[in-house]
Amino acid sequence: MRVMAQIAMVMNLDKCIGCHTCSVTCKQAWTNRGGVEYAWFNNVETRPGQGYPRRYEDQERWGGGWTLNRRGKLTLRAGGRWRKLSQIFSNPKLPGISDYYEPWTYDYRNLTDAPLGDDIPVARPRSLISGKPMEITWSANWDDNLGGMPQHGEEDPIAAKVRAQVADKVVYEFEQAFMFYLPRICEHCLNPACVASCPSGAMYKRAEDGIVLVDQDQCRGWRMCVTGCPYKKVYFNHKTGKAEKCTMCYPRLEVGLPTVCSETCVGRLRYLGVMLYDADKVTAAASVPDDRDLYAAQMGVFLDPHDPEVAAEAERSGIPFDWIEAAKKSPVYDLIAKYQVALPLHPEYRTMPMVWYIPPLSPVVDALADTGHDGEDADNLFGAIETLRIPVEYLAELFTAGDTVPVDSVLRRLAAMRSYMRRINLGEEKDESIARTVGLSGDQMEAMYRLLAIAKYQDRYVIPTAAVADAQRLEEAATAGCSVDFDEMPGGSGPFGETSGRSTPVAVENFHALRERGASDRPADTAGLRGRVNLLNWDGNGRPDGLFPAQAEDD
Amino acid sequence: MNSPTTRILLWGALPYAVLAALIIGTIWRYRYDKFGWTTRSSQLYESRLLRIASPLFHFGLLFVILGHIGGLLIPQSWTDAAGVSDHTYHLVALVSGTAAGVATLAGIALLIYRRRTTGPVFLATTRNDKLMYVFLGGAIGAGLTATLTNAATLDHNYRQTVSPWLRSLFYLHPDVDLMQKTPGVFQAHILIAFGLFALFPFSRLVHAFSAPAGYLFRPYIVYRSRDPKTLGARAPRRGWERVG
Ligand code: HEM
Ligand code: SF4
Ligand code: SF4
Repeated sequence: MRVMAQIAMVMNLDKCIGCHTCSVTCKQAWTNRGGVEYAWFNNVETRPGQGYPRRYEDQERWGGGWTLNRRGKLTLRAGGRWRKLSQIFSNPKLPGISDYYEPWTYDYRNLTDAPLGDDIPVARPRSLISGKPMEITWSANWDDNLGGMPQHGEEDPIAAKVRAQVADKVVYEFEQAFMFYLPRICEHCLNPACVASCPSGAMYKRAEDGIVLVDQDQCRGWRMCVTGCPYKKVYFNHKTGKAEKCTMCYPRLEVGLPTVCSETCVGRLRYLGVMLYDADKVTAAASVPDDRDLYAAQMGVFLDPHDPEVAAEAERSGIPFDWIEAAKKSPVYDLIAKYQVALPLHPEYRTMPMVWYIPPLSPVVDALADTGHDGEDADNLFGAIETLRIPVEYLAELFTAGDTVPVDSVLRRLAAMRSYMRRINLGEEKDESIARTVGLSGDQMEAMYRLLAIAKYQDRYVIPTAAVADAQRLEEAATAGCSVDFDEMPGGSGPFGETSGRSTPVAVENFHALRERGASDRPADTAGLRGRVNLLNWDGNGRPDGLFPAQAEDD
Repeated sequence: MNSPTTRILLWGALPYAVLAALIIGTIWRYRYDKFGWTTRSSQLYESRLLRIASPLFHFGLLFVILGHIGGLLIPQSWTDAAGVSDHTYHLVALVSGTAAGVATLAGIALLIYRRRTTGPVFLATTRNDKLMYVFLGGAIGAGLTATLTNAATLDHNYRQTVSPWLRSLFYLHPDVDLMQKTPGVFQAHILIAFGLFALFPFSRLVHAFSAPAGYLFRPYIVYRSRDPKTLGARAPRRGWERVG
């Protein structure tokens, strides 16, 4: 047994209102820079829908994740080491910018500077890639709320799979459709295909907390990780020529703060906590022959922190005491292992993802309520879960490689909780039998309800700090491992173009930008920012150099 | 070009200056600019042309490099001793060299065409890139011309001139007179290549130095511990240092 600790996340999809706050705050924190305009470390997609980038789940096309070769051995789907190196000069499976979307800004200046005329001046969209005026035809959440579904619905790879199994089609007509939101970040997998695909070894999984990161000084721009990740959560910064990805906000986690997306989530649906697992079992678990056994296999990798033997072994493996304590209190562990209501996203990619989801019961409840039935009655709900095959099949394709049994069981637990708690709310007698039909006791049911419905900040986020005795120094690490008196002021560009020279931590760059903005009486300029415009710094005044890429003469 | 001083400068001193620039420049660049050390791939913008051009260019170039190593570093006496006749040698060298050279040239032509005509790729082209392309294209063009003109006349055996001269550089005893007998197009090829080598560490070409051969040998999943230094930028106060 080799015990390792992992910071994991669970999201309760029933509570997501699709407001995109998480995406926006994440963007402000991490990707408000040139080169990653198109990148959303956190994105929220409407399902059914194509997702972002478009049809990323179609692994026949994108070759992400792992698969078993003829001898049953785990191999990268896009090809092993030799194959990768032979394709390094041009990666045949790399999504192009149009598979994400072409980022744009608007010609705001025209609004104030246009000569007086009969027409009201407009701000035309302008591509941030080519600098030319453009038509906006797609974006990161173009099909939000099923928008354009009659046209695009058939392109959802999961809907296509469901169609192959259930005779009926997934319907996109407004009245009959089911719909939910799926917020996605990097899964910080136990068996990360992105790390395995990186030819230069610049990507790594942190031994202490399992966070998967890209070493910006070692990345050489071979762009194989983008292909490797089946969730398409590594992005290529086209300005710096380096890969970037969700960092799980490690500077925040290290000081015990939740990630920005969790902190700002309006639905308060995200949970963060420690999971202990047996690193020796990961490869075997990822190699089980049947895709549908992967969920169970991954459950088998997790260790019970309450087991004294595990705790002792964890200590021997060098896991700090407060981490083991945190693992015992982990809400994530409870949702995944104790109540078993959380499921992994696409276990069939065999990367052992560590951001899990509580599937939404709402499609079932809504359908039930639409038919005039009582949507909170346990028997009605159980019956509906039985008969409403399309939502259940669809969820199963997302979370259990198509096996409906675990999805059924989660939905039944959520349904039971609904009706069990309703009785309490209405002042009726508690009905233990409802809890027992789904294998829980009444007390467990209430504890689960508290965790899912009303848990406080400190119950949702149980995050041990990087080092207990170091709190004072850790405070500074929150600004990206670097104090604000970082010795190299962000300024000027190096001799090899805008990205050369030592990198300045983003936090420092933003700190200086904000200070300048607060202290100066002229339009914010970007002279100090290596020719890039930091939108945090830009106060809407003027059109600083670098806001748009240089224009071609003929434009 | 024939005064003894120019000869010594060009073929006796310049090579060492270029070598120094290459080595010192690479070390300096690596220490100063790890973040800028990348292919700066433009595939996100355009991949249809790149799919043909880049492999054509790179594979062609790898063969060209192999050919140079074979032709320049292995003395004629060795191949003679191995029983390879001069004629066979030149035939093989000519055919494979021309094939690789043409592929490389076609590749780079297509790359430059793509760079010029694809808007976003052109926007992402720096002055440094353009200068690099002049030298890279020039070196390949001159090299291919040298091979082909020489093949037509067959009056110059570079294995008697250029190769021994190059090897003499490694013995730190440059035999500059050998280069006098070399046709101008060979000389031009070599001088442009010197320019390219001097430019190498200061251009995007450094990506070639980090060719990821290590990928074949390392375990798939890489684990790293957090660097204890990054816990904070300031030195800890006395008495608060970390233990272990
Ligand atoms: C085996 C070592 C090498 C590897 C693995 C390699 C790999 C690459 C890769 C991945 C790109 C980016 C292509 C893209 O996506 O845009 C690239 C571009 C390039 N490489 Fe290499 N390369 C190697 C050696 C070389 C050498 C020796 C040279 C020239 C002396 C060279 C010249 C170039 C040039 C000029 C480009 C830019 C192409 C363009 O976009 O216009 N490479 N290389
Ligand atoms: S989800 Fe994250 S850790 Fe997993 S393969 Fe993708 S980028 Fe890597
Ligand atoms: S902030 Fe929360 S509720 Fe809003 S979209 Fe993100 S995950 Fe859903």
